[in-house]
Amino acid sequence: MSTTTERPTITVPGSGIPKARPAKTRRRGELSPLGKALSHGALILASLIALFPVLWIVFISLGPDKTDYLHPGAILDKMTTSNYSTVLFDTDFFTWFGNAALVSGVTTVVGVLIAATTGYAVSRMRFPGHRPLMWSLLVTQMFPIAVLIVPMYTILSTLGLLDSYLGLILVYSTTTVPYCAWLLKGYFDTIPVEIDEAGRVDGLNPFGTFWRLVLPLARPGLAVAAFYSFLTAWAEVAFASTFMLSSDKYTLAVGLQTFVSEHDAQWNLMAATAVLIAIPSSLLFYLVQRHLVTGLTAGASKS
Amino acid sequence: MAVAVQGAPSKGSRDREPRPGLVERFKRSYSKHWYAYVMIAPVVLVLGVLVLYPLIEGIWLTLTDATSLNSARQIGVNKVPASYNFIGLHNYADILWGPGSYDRFWSHFVWTIAWTVLCVCLHYSLGLGLALLLNQKLRGRGAYRLLLILPWAVPTFVTVFSWRLMLSDGGAVNTVLGALHLPEPGWLDDPLGQKAAAILVNTWVGVPFMMISLLGGLQSIPAELYEAAEMDGATAWQQFRHVTLPGLRTVSSTVVLLGVIWTFNQFAVIFLLFGNGAPDAQLLVTWAYRLGFGQQPRDYAQSAAYGVILLSILIVFTSFYRRWLARNEQANG
Repeated sequence: MSTTTERPTITVPGSGIPKARPAKTRRRGELSPLGKALSHGALILASLIALFPVLWIVFISLGPDKTDYLHPGAILDKMTTSNYSTVLFDTDFFTWFGNAALVSGVTTVVGVLIAATTGYAVSRMRFPGHRPLMWSLLVTQMFPIAVLIVPMYTILSTLGLLDSYLGLILVYSTTTVPYCAWLLKGYFDTIPVEIDEAGRVDGLNPFGTFWRLVLPLARPGLAVAAFYSFLTAWAEVAFASTFMLSSDKYTLAVGLQTFVSEHDAQWNLMAATAVLIAIPSSLLFYLVQRHLVTGLTAGASKS
Repeated sequence: MAVAVQGAPSKGSRDREPRPGLVERFKRSYSKHWYAYVMIAPVVLVLGVLVLYPLIEGIWLTLTDATSLNSARQIGVNKVPASYNFIGLHNYADILWGPGSYDRFWSHFVWTIAWTVLCVCLHYSLGLGLALLLNQKLRGRGAYRLLLILPWAVPTFVTVFSWRLMLSDGGAVNTVLGALHLPEPGWLDDPLGQKAAAILVNTWVGVPFMMISLLGGLQSIPAELYEAAEMDGATAWQQFRHVTLPGLRTVSSTVVLLGVIWTFNQFAVIFLLFGNGAPDAQLLVTWAYRLGFGQQPRDYAQSAAYGVILLSILIVFTSFYRRWLARNEQANG
């Protein structure tokens, strides 16, 4: 209530006169009209801040010239979708898109699957090497890209996986799997052990229990892990630009860089491509978003 | 087989039996735990080949003077063998107290620490604030939540690119500041502006994850606790202090740890915002990348040495942090 002092002239109807301790009569969790208005105000402001950069790039992408981002006002008069048609039909957009979709799709499926089996093993079974495994899953997330990228490059070239989809998929798996396994372990911990025991009584072996009973129950956790993996692989720049050498293997994030060279920065085309890239991940996000809260928190609450 | 599924996950110590010989132990452990080993095998294999081995190789590189000029490479059809030498700990000594080590290492070190502390504090406090707002009974809660997660859901390089356009000279941010007759800093040119811009963008990118995790934490606090507190006449602040914060302890400890690790190693934001410019705003991790890939000749050895130093800092931090958590847990029962 002390916040009202900052805007003394604005009185929200009904809140200006202090009713004798209204908090006593309201049900728990319900807000006074003033509290409601302030909450809405803060949330609207925060939502605008969250939304604005995303809308801004959509807006910029409609301006036909590469310097239009400096004069956004002028875009209103000459809005066009010409950037989109240029990107779609005069560049290798569809090749890049296909590559990125293939790489991130396979990374997601394979990564989530092996992260789930690991998470389940760590959650339910006590075996020698249990604690070291948990530790290494955590420590792996600390590895700065700079230590790994040169030796990874050497290994991939020894294995003949340089400039190949499989190589990139494996590299991405190493970045997504540790966190996903950690997250899923937390989620499996919230599923009662009695379910596993019931499965065992019915004659299922641990794989059957895992596959037929536990996995279906872990859907929110799996959805979040899948989304995280997809997003990581879909938008990764450093590994992709180091390991993918020929232009027909470029993923979107690498292809995007070709619009900006030292002589010429085609910001308008980059903006249009960026918007196109954001569409699939936003769709996926919309599909998983109702699972986000339960899925993410389970991964954080027990570890 | 019977022990493949045990009750009560996450119960720590096993009871220790007298240890038989190594081979025997391995055999027994295999027949007892082979389900578990099959399940973790793919991850262990991938991590072993693509993380553990490169790590060892990377650590070996730090003890040499490898650059792109003396490493094994292919010129046309000719294979040039590696010709770098073992030089011991010289790289570390050079980084930590060699000539110019202040500009090369310590200035980035201080900035990286300041960056991590500031960003994680901002992420956590803004995330907690928004989570508290979202945890109320409000109309349109779902819509707010959807919009607020957007910065996390749209690929980083799309949003950072948008910020780059907005922060450039004559971009949207400075136009607004100019219209309000406020100073217009050179966000992407001025050293201090660069740092402010980096923290601003990273805060924008990082808050949603904290918000969502903490929101889940808030929702898992039993309502009875609040009712009991209300019965005892606790004020809103007292409820927050004595019910909400303790209830969030486990979630907080994990997200703060992850936040520190991710922020400390935040590569994408700085790299996409400044590319190879802005020497002052480079974190240790982007600086290491630059030594290894952003210059000619590429200095692989020093780059990897920076990486090892980074990793050591994080491991030391994590073990202290976990010890501190464990002690707190004991103190609070």
